Amino acid sequence: MLYDIFIDPFVQMYEMPDFFLQVLWEGFVAGILYALIALGFVLIFKASGVFNFAQGIMVVFAGLTLVGLHENGVPAYLALILTIGVMGVLAYGVERVVMRPLVNQPDIILLMATIGLTYFLIGFGEFVFGGEPKQMITEELGLPTGSTAFEFGERGLVILQHIDIAAAVIAVIMVAALGIFFNKTRIGRALRAVADDHQAALSVGISLNQIWAIVWFAAGLVALATGIMWGARSDVSFALEIVAFKALPVLILGGFTSIPGAIVGGLIIGFGEKIGELYWGGLVGGGIESWLAYIIALIFLLFRPQGLFGERIIERV
Amino acid sequence: MNALVTDSSMTSAEAETQVERELLLRVDNVSLSFGGVKAITDISFDIQKGEIRAIIGPNGAGKTSMLNVINGFYHPQEGTITWQGKVRRKMKPYEAASQGIARTFQNVALFKGMTTLDNIMSGRSLKMHKNFFWQLLWRGPAEQEEIEHRRKVEDIIDFLEIQAIRKTPVGRLPYGLQKRVELGRALAMEPELLLLDEPMAGMNLEEKEDMSRFILDVNQEFGTTIALIEHDMGVVMDLSDRVVVLDYGKKIADGPPEEVQANQAVIDAYLGVSH
Amino acid sequence: MFYREAGQFKTSYKADQALMPILQDRVGLIAILGVAFIVIPAFANDFFLTSIMIPFLVFSLAAIGLNVLTGFCGQLSLGTGAFMGVGAYAAYKLTTIFPDANVIVMVLLSGVFSAAIGAVFGLPSLRIKGLYLAVTTLAAQFFLEWCFIRIPWLYNNNASGAIEVPHREMFGIVVSGAEATPIVRYFIVLCITAGIAFLMANVLRGRIGRSWMMIRDMDIAAELMGIRPLQTKLMAFAVSSYICGVAGAMMVFFWLNAAEPSSYSIALSFQILFMVILGGLGSLGGSFMGAAFIWILPVFLKFIPGTLGFDVAAETVEHVTFMIVGALIIFFLIVEPHGFARLWQIGKQKLRVWPFPY
Repeated sequence: MLYDIFIDPFVQMYEMPDFFLQVLWEGFVAGILYALIALGFVLIFKASGVFNFAQGIMVVFAGLTLVGLHENGVPAYLALILTIGVMGVLAYGVERVVMRPLVNQPDIILLMATIGLTYFLIGFGEFVFGGEPKQMITEELGLPTGSTAFEFGERGLVILQHIDIAAAVIAVIMVAALGIFFNKTRIGRALRAVADDHQAALSVGISLNQIWAIVWFAAGLVALATGIMWGARSDVSFALEIVAFKALPVLILGGFTSIPGAIVGGLIIGFGEKIGELYWGGLVGGGIESWLAYIIALIFLLFRPQGLFGERIIERV
Repeated sequence: MNALVTDSSMTSAEAETQVERELLLRVDNVSLSFGGVKAITDISFDIQKGEIRAIIGPNGAGKTSMLNVINGFYHPQEGTITWQGKVRRKMKPYEAASQGIARTFQNVALFKGMTTLDNIMSGRSLKMHKNFFWQLLWRGPAEQEEIEHRRKVEDIIDFLEIQAIRKTPVGRLPYGLQKRVELGRALAMEPELLLLDEPMAGMNLEEKEDMSRFILDVNQEFGTTIALIEHDMGVVMDLSDRVVVLDYGKKIADGPPEEVQANQAVIDAYLGVSH
Repeated sequence: MFYREAGQFKTSYKADQALMPILQDRVGLIAILGVAFIVIPAFANDFFLTSIMIPFLVFSLAAIGLNVLTGFCGQLSLGTGAFMGVGAYAAYKLTTIFPDANVIVMVLLSGVFSAAIGAVFGLPSLRIKGLYLAVTTLAAQFFLEWCFIRIPWLYNNNASGAIEVPHREMFGIVVSGAEATPIVRYFIVLCITAGIAFLMANVLRGRIGRSWMMIRDMDIAAELMGIRPLQTKLMAFAVSSYICGVAGAMMVFFWLNAAEPSSYSIALSFQILFMVILGGLGSLGGSFMGAAFIWILPVFLKFIPGTLGFDVAAETVEHVTFMIVGALIIFFLIVEPHGFARLWQIGKQKLRVWPFPY
């Protein structure tokens, strides 16, 4: 038994390095996707202190809108532009209907409001586009679909899906763009000001409402990109919701306000989960992917309550 | 009124202090830092039983940190704290509370969702012991205990003259009254040592006068030892028996008010002299 | 005019701190109990009992459980569904291991198991606070759900992977299993829910309830006043999980007859959380109101198209229900973030000063 837990998995890793590499790659891709969802959370949390539970659903909703429009005869690129428009309308609507009236409420109320938003988006998305799973229009959008197999060692083979590579590249571009946006632009500076202190930001003439709308829109764009990438790997449907929850442990690892944290946290969870499932999952009957991420995050939190990149919390009275 | 101070059953720790009756608390060479920032550097002073001890100093001098050290919320890296003749080990805040250290806060830290009555009752938590199953039943011992302590709490309410707001949620009270309720909550613990962190901050003259009177009454009627942080020098000079002055985390003076008032280092600290 | 405390003088602390110091409140409670125990059983049909009253009471109890933890102790939990599941599976195991034991006792006992598990998952609450804690309770949710699927012992190796309630009798009356009549189930559920609600009302107004609220309102001040944070929080977790566990056990024993792991999924956790938030955090009465709203509204929505003569696909109705529930939640949060309980209080205040505005 002890052998199975402590030694055998590592022997397997050593003996079948190609399989191990493949697992690492899978973990990497899953991690990138988790990180992208977490990124959307971080954007909104930084600027408004709202823990946006609906981020995962926004991913599905964006993907569903894109595919649904295309199914109804809209050309792919036009559908993409229209979807961006829809996310803009959603951002404006959320700011107007949810955020503005609920400003200054306790965290839990805002959290509940975003859960309410989650329900609304699920119902709305299914009502308009139907509840059955859909195929992502990967090719129509000009994204690569093939795969390349690398030979590894004497008989090993590692297969990389092109779409996964594209996902990684897009993720990097998006994080870089956000970084520039946050640090180099006027709105970015306003965003950081709002994140630090709402009232102080208001007092120097920053419009909270405008900032919130922008942030929700940015999160919507991130969600759209994530939705496309994710949809390309599996179907687009609200069943993805459960997977979207995985972004939460990622946030815990990385801290709610750190963009690099979201990326690193995503990768840790992605790797940890795939490796854990494939090498240790069999010992307890498999399927541990559904909770492993949370347990990793929980254990981690016990030792470092402020997350990977958070500052040490000094409690004051 | 006497009901308030009857609880001090003789514990072994107290029996020992009979020998060294005067000293309630002594702080020796305490240093505290957060990361690289030194909040308190090598401070020693003592608090005698029954006195009003003021801790003063400019903003950021480490006064509140000092109180936090005394009631176990921060753990100093160096130095010892002697409580009633015994060197205290590193302890949790609730242990300090059960040894008889009560506290009010610079920014009012009342339980906002509860009424004045419940807030003051919460100060009795340590003295109530009926377990969960009695609480489930309510009728009988739990109710008896509740009534017993309610009586003491009502004494405090009378003392502080806040009968009218007994059942008002504290969140709705004006600032001055909140401070008063907070004092009541600390008094309900029947403490040996009462730490008051700027009890008069943000008050107008009348409220300050009221509060000063309450503090003196607490000290004289109940014999409670008080350590007090305050910025209003007039109040400090009038109320306190002895004053310790901190500046940049260091002790610069210690003694009776008049002496401290005349101390050149203290004057420099307040008026600002280049260091 | 009808509701005011003027003239009702209290001459002892005992009378002053009674559960309901105002006469009208006591009368109101008796009236509600009268309706619940006499009027409803006498006039309600089976559909009303099984589809509305029994689930409403079960959910009310679960909402009380979560309210203890979140509303009174301030520890946000998203794992309620799983703790209910623990109760259900524990009750199932207990009744199959001890076939002769009284099934109601077993249901009440099953809560002990979920209390223990709840306390274990409450351990991180010492170091983790607020939203972080909410996320870690998801660990409980997903881990326990996985256990319900992967540990066949829990469902006695049933091929279906579901637990089915065995046939049990008490004093010659069938109380559980498919043959139990709705009226019997209703009475059992009603008694348990009312009983636990009453006991919790006692706990919440005493020392323990107060210490929970201290932790909720200002944990640092509470600790400086001698409250041990870990013990207090763990106790809240345990008590909350006990109540949720009993509710979960009742859910399968006296309502559904059979349950699968998916019955206790995260969706259930959210449902209960909605009830608590909409009903009012920190209010027992609010738990009932929230449960009534969240449970009865969708049932009601299902019948609207039919009665209006539209022929709408069941699926569409479901989607629209989701939308409406989501929108209503946001709406109510905006209108009154403190929930129905606060609306109720405001209403009482208005009654008190009626016919004058204030």
